[in-house]
Amino acid sequence: MKIKTRQTLKAYLFMAPALILLILFVFVPIFGSLPLMFFDYSVLGKTKFVGFDNFIELFGDREFRIALLNSILFVVVVPVIQILSILLALLVNRKMHGMTLFRTLFYIPVVTSMVAVSIIWGFLFDANGVINTALMDLGLIKMPLGFLNDGKTAMLCVMFITVWQGLGYYMMLYLAGLQSVPQELEEAAWVDGANRLQSLIKIKIPMLKPYIWFCSLNSVISAISVFDVVYVLTQGGPNNATVVINYYSYVKAFKDFEFGYAAAVGAVQAVITTIMSIIVFVYGKQGGGMTYSE
Amino acid sequence: MNNRNRMRAARKRRALVNKILVYCALILIAIVCAGPFLWMLATSFKSGQNIYDLTLIPTNPTLSNYTGVIEFMNIPKYILNTVIITFSSILLDVVCSALCAYALACMDFKGKNFITAALLMAMIVPAAAGMIINYLIIINVHLLNTYAGAVLPGAVKVFSIILLRQAYMAIPKDLIEAAKIDGASDLRIWGKIMMPSIMPTISTVIIFDFISKWNEFLWPIIVLQDPAKYPLATALQYLNGSFNYKFGYIAAGTIISIVPVILVFVICQKNYVEAVSGAVKG
Repeated sequence: MKIKTRQTLKAYLFMAPALILLILFVFVPIFGSLPLMFFDYSVLGKTKFVGFDNFIELFGDREFRIALLNSILFVVVVPVIQILSILLALLVNRKMHGMTLFRTLFYIPVVTSMVAVSIIWGFLFDANGVINTALMDLGLIKMPLGFLNDGKTAMLCVMFITVWQGLGYYMMLYLAGLQSVPQELEEAAWVDGANRLQSLIKIKIPMLKPYIWFCSLNSVISAISVFDVVYVLTQGGPNNATVVINYYSYVKAFKDFEFGYAAAVGAVQAVITTIMSIIVFVYGKQGGGMTYSE
Repeated sequence: MNNRNRMRAARKRRALVNKILVYCALILIAIVCAGPFLWMLATSFKSGQNIYDLTLIPTNPTLSNYTGVIEFMNIPKYILNTVIITFSSILLDVVCSALCAYALACMDFKGKNFITAALLMAMIVPAAAGMIINYLIIINVHLLNTYAGAVLPGAVKVFSIILLRQAYMAIPKDLIEAAKIDGASDLRIWGKIMMPSIMPTISTVIIFDFISKWNEFLWPIIVLQDPAKYPLATALQYLNGSFNYKFGYIAAGTIISIVPVILVFVICQKNYVEAVSGAVKG
């Protein structure tokens, strides 16, 4: 008994530095934002309990509604990224000269900061930018396209950059999945006269299912919490066209300093994330249509 | 005989065509993925008016954008800030996580299951949710506008602890038992036996931390009120927002900020990619 107590004490001493930091900056914030959403919190003035007022206010908030709809719309990027990255993984899953170089090149957008990525694409999408110049030189358009300045296309640009930056990451995961397909299985299929498409649908995709499930879940969570690209590139504009829920929560907290209200927005975001995750989870566990071939 | 030769030739030709098509696809995708960076690199060497050109090889390459932005923005100062923030985060994460993971993997104590479960739960909850409370805590402990305030909240990562815990568990238990019989203390066992055996995982943690901390820009904006303390990514965002007419400077600054990360990734990619792919199985 005494030895066990000493062991326990020693173990907690080992864990103390990490646990103190995690409790203070991870666990307290997770549970602390629960009560916060019921208060009208003010840094300087008086903080008062307001019950469900923050949530009632949310219902009438037009900008919040736009942010909510934009965030849900944004989840469209998930199937696009997943399908493209599976195709990309199939493409790079060969033994050919220079394949490592290509994989590295496809992965570079993943490790680059969103600030740099957004600045570069901001240049490319500019009215005088490369894309407009090229399209005009080719005679495809007469006037430069607004891209980021046009409410109709700004969201598409933000989605495009998200897909562009995420592709390499999911490609690498699916590649690991493809490489875990036993060689014998594929050879057996060859012997039985299966063609490439058949071996893809009957062998590779089923073997990829746990990866598809994991990646989709990850992708949904990061789609709903998309922030960086909006912050750097569009600031939610033009005219709220790209305002998403995470960005709105940030603006409410750190521009308007309405912490309680921002926490309420964050709570709605957490609920949506949970619902979407459960949908992906249940769908994936049933082995339903998680594969893109169906 | 002749027929078989012809068939073999046809198959060979088909394989070659197939190979060429695959290379074409690969090159096309590489242009889409890496092209924007190459264009930015080329732009950073262009001068004045031709900045928006599509040309990848500048006609009169110049370093003036680099010398200009280094002077205009005091880039060395921002690099120093980034290095301070990045390296102290890495050090904190490696030491705290390695100690904590050792207890979780190799020691027997009360509440072990509870702590492991709590850590796994924290990994699922989105980090952004806690940003407001983190800000309030930082104000209350008087760390606003300090490097410590920028470093402490995100330094120790649950992901690192889990990763290191897995690595410790792969080490044979006999090794620890033998050392204990020889009378070595836990701290000694940790430092002399365990740490050296999990070096590959430690380096994975370092690479992950380096990339994420070097690129971090939002939390520093919130905590650091004095732009002179900004790390590079944050400063770049600030430059882009306030002086967006200085295209050449921004291009050069962007290149300076992304080169270290790309270098580290290219050098350590084998290790990094294995860890990323391993995350699915874990």
